[in-house]
Parts: sequence; C-alpha cells; structure tokens
Amino acid sequence: MKFTEDHEWLKVDGDLIVVGITAHAAEQLGDVVFVELPEPETQVTKGDEASVIESVKAASDILAPLDGEIVAVNDALADNPGLVNEDPQGDAWFFKMKIDDMSALDEYMSEDQYNEFIA
Amino acid sequence: MTDLNRTCLYDLHLETGAKMVPFAGYEMPVQYPMGVMGEHTQTRTKAGLFDVSHMGQVILRGPDAAAQLETLVPVNIQGLAEGRQRYALFTNDQGGIMDDLMVANRGDHLFVVVNAACKDADIAHMQAHLTGVEPITDRALIALQGPDAETALARLVPGVTDMRFMDVATLDWDGTALWISRSGYTGEDGFEISVPDTRAERLCRALLEMDEVMPIGLGARDSLRLEAGLCLYGHDITTDTTPSEGNLNWAIQKIRRTGGAREGGFPGAERILKDLADGPSRLRVGLLPQTRAPMREGTPLFASADGDAPIGAITSGGFGPSVGAPISMGYVPVALSEIGTKLFGEVRGKRLPVTVAPLPFRPSTYRK
Repeated sequence: MKFTEDHEWLKVDGDLIVVGITAHAAEQLGDVVFVELPEPETQVTKGDEASVIESVKAASDILAPLDGEIVAVNDALADNPGLVNEDPQGDAWFFKMKIDDMSALDEYMSEDQYNEFIA
Repeated sequence: MTDLNRTCLYDLHLETGAKMVPFAGYEMPVQYPMGVMGEHTQTRTKAGLFDVSHMGQVILRGPDAAAQLETLVPVNIQGLAEGRQRYALFTNDQGGIMDDLMVANRGDHLFVVVNAACKDADIAHMQAHLTGVEPITDRALIALQGPDAETALARLVPGVTDMRFMDVATLDWDGTALWISRSGYTGEDGFEISVPDTRAERLCRALLEMDEVMPIGLGARDSLRLEAGLCLYGHDITTDTTPSEGNLNWAIQKIRRTGGAREGGFPGAERILKDLADGPSRLRVGLLPQTRAPMREGTPLFASADGDAPIGAITSGGFGPSVGAPISMGYVPVALSEIGTKLFGEVRGKRLPVTVAPLPFRPSTYRK
C-alpha cells in the first residue's frame, strides 16, 4: 500500500490501483454522511477532483492521485457512507483506476513514511 | 491560539478528550471522543452536557429595567412574569437583527443571555442606552439537554422537577445558588444553569458521573439546533434580516405591534411594523435536499434546473442525524416559500432538487 500527502491510500490490484482515504483522514473527518463518486470510464489527470466526501463537519475533495482512467467505483459508499469510518482502508475503497504508468506509484510514501508524516 | 479566552471548564474539556477549536474568541470543545453523530444521538436519547460559558450573562437592575429594555427589543418585557423567560431580539435602526437573546425576570432584576460573538457589542449597546447594566464575569453557563436531563439534574437539585419550559428559578445545590432556566438550544427538554466559576467544574463532574450524561461539543450543538429549526445568529439572522424575514413574528407580542398598548418604541420599528403588517418579501424556510448531498451555508438557490439568477441562498445546512438526511434553512422569496415548493440548490456546479419543508425538522420535546 502507498500513501499520499492528501491522506489517500493506493493499492495495486492486478493491473489496477484501488484508491481510498486513510484511517487517519477518516478519523479527522468525523462521521461521513455523503460520498459523491466519479463516473466510471472517466479520464482523470493527477490532482483532479475525483470524489467528494461530506462529513458532519465539512466537504472534502478526493483527488485523483495519478493520471489514468476510473474503471470502477464503490457503490456501497453511496448507500452507506458510514463505511468510510468503519473500514477506511478496506471495504471503503472509493474507486479503481487504470493508470498509464505503474512506476508513478513510487513517488508516494510507504506506510512507515506515512505514519511519520502524520505523527 | 494565544489570544483566545478559555472558560473555567477548559481543563475538564481536555481531561474528557475534547478536540478544541477557536470559536467566538474562545477555545471551545467542538467534539469529544464520542464524535458529532454519537453526541447528537446521546442528547436526543439520554442527556448531553454543554459548556456555553462563552455566552454573555448580564444583569439589568433598576425599577424600570423592563421598560428600559423594551426600548431596544420589539418584545413584551414588562409583561414577563417573575420566574419566566422569553426569547428577544436586539434590532437596529434599519429593522435588522443585531443579536438574539434570552431575557429572564428574576424578581428584582432581569437576567439576559446573549451570543458569545456579539457579547461585547451587546454589552456596549445596553450600556449606551440603559442604566443598571451589570455584566457577569464570575459565573459559568452550562446546558444539560435531553430526555434524561430532568432525572439527572433532579438528583442534585430536586426542585427542578417543578419547573416547566421557560421557567427560571434560583435553586440551591450543596450551598451554591444555581440560576436555572428550563430551556436550551437543542429542541429537547433541558436546562441552562448559571453557576459560579469556582463551583462549575464540580457541578459538571457530578453530572458527568451519571450514566445518562455525556459531554457534548459545538459540532453536535449545531446539528441539534438545526434539526430544531433554531436560528444561528450571524448566519440565519443578521443585521440584514428583519424579524419577519427571519420567520420570527412569534417573538413580537401584540402589545408591541401596530395598535398595541406599547406599539413600537424600539429601533427600526417603522420597518419591522411594516413587515408585520404587509408581510416581508422574503422568508427564512426549512429546506430538505432531495439527494443525499448536504446543502451547506452559502449554497445558492434557484427556481429552475437551468438558467436564471439565484432566488435565495442557504444560511445553515448539514446532515441531520436524527432526521437521517441532509437538512438546511435559507431565505427564499415569499412567493416560493410554500411548503412543498420545489427548488434547486447548486452544489459543486450541479443543480440538485430541494423542497421547502416545515420547521422544525424534528418535533420539539419541551416540558410545557
């Protein structure tokens, strides 16, 4: 698993990467009440707003971590946004991307580096 | 956060795990480990304890204190019975609202509670126009709210069971005089308690030891009051909104209206009485977003899904945990204020449907 400074996690799943938000981010956001997911088959550029997450406190953007195509989204989050608090780094993934260049993942932090980053 | 004030309960907040944020010049608890949603539900189902010591407490003394205060508010203060409390508004010369406040008749004086963000201005305003203004600086203010509030508080102060909604009383707790009102800002039955700073922490600890009571932060305070349809000053009502626009006609008793025995005589009376007689051109209403996306403060409102200029805006909005859906309040033209009117709110560039709905979003449970 790789981690971004925007508190997203990225996991390789075959030729796709799975994207979600970290447990630390979920805790900071508080109770999540709404998730707006991207349309599948959308081309995104790194830094694009790919999803919106609303907690009881505020709205936050989930940015596309890399260039690529959104190929699947987690519809379970639309029905049960609270899943983001229950299992942020597991069942509550946001979307799966096909990325142009898997080596681009290397720029992101390891789990140890991320834990240091948020410490 | 060096220039922020702290209430006398600051250490207790830290001890109970509060996350502190700046609010109206104070470091205040926004949430505790339970989280906003849990704290909201706690208050709706059991009892929640709030520190609201940042609010302003002021005594108005003198034989004509009520008559004097009536020169600043469009409210019947002289008719307020001893031991009773009433909602009031400071208005300005244009008929706008400078603050909302609670006024209690405590026998030989009036006791008023004003919003934290406005308290310096309110006190200056009162001192400029009234005599006998005594700001209280040595008492904390706490609120105990929820269906179990009476049971919990009665263990310490048995006399509270005799109080009904909007009663005020001075009751003894272990040698300390508590100034108690049966009121609050959640839509629940409950109490607000003014207690000397020196005794506040002990009182809070005694309440928090009880199974029914948990500490509640500003986050849940906001979702609770929003579900109850209560205005947040500076957002839902401001110096740009008149009482009628704010849907607060009920706060202006007949005696202060046109034709009443003490008609007018408050700042902005001409505009406020005209609004009351003719009706305002816009109105604060409840709004239920029809998707799951919350519509927050500032969301522009439109009459149709495309084109046109905004017809209004959301002034408060979020998720209502007890409603189980997003809820908002905002201003719309009177012609579009009928319950059930379908409008659109623009969220992140998309116009999403929203329906005008009755307030409160959840029935209040006051002990009347």
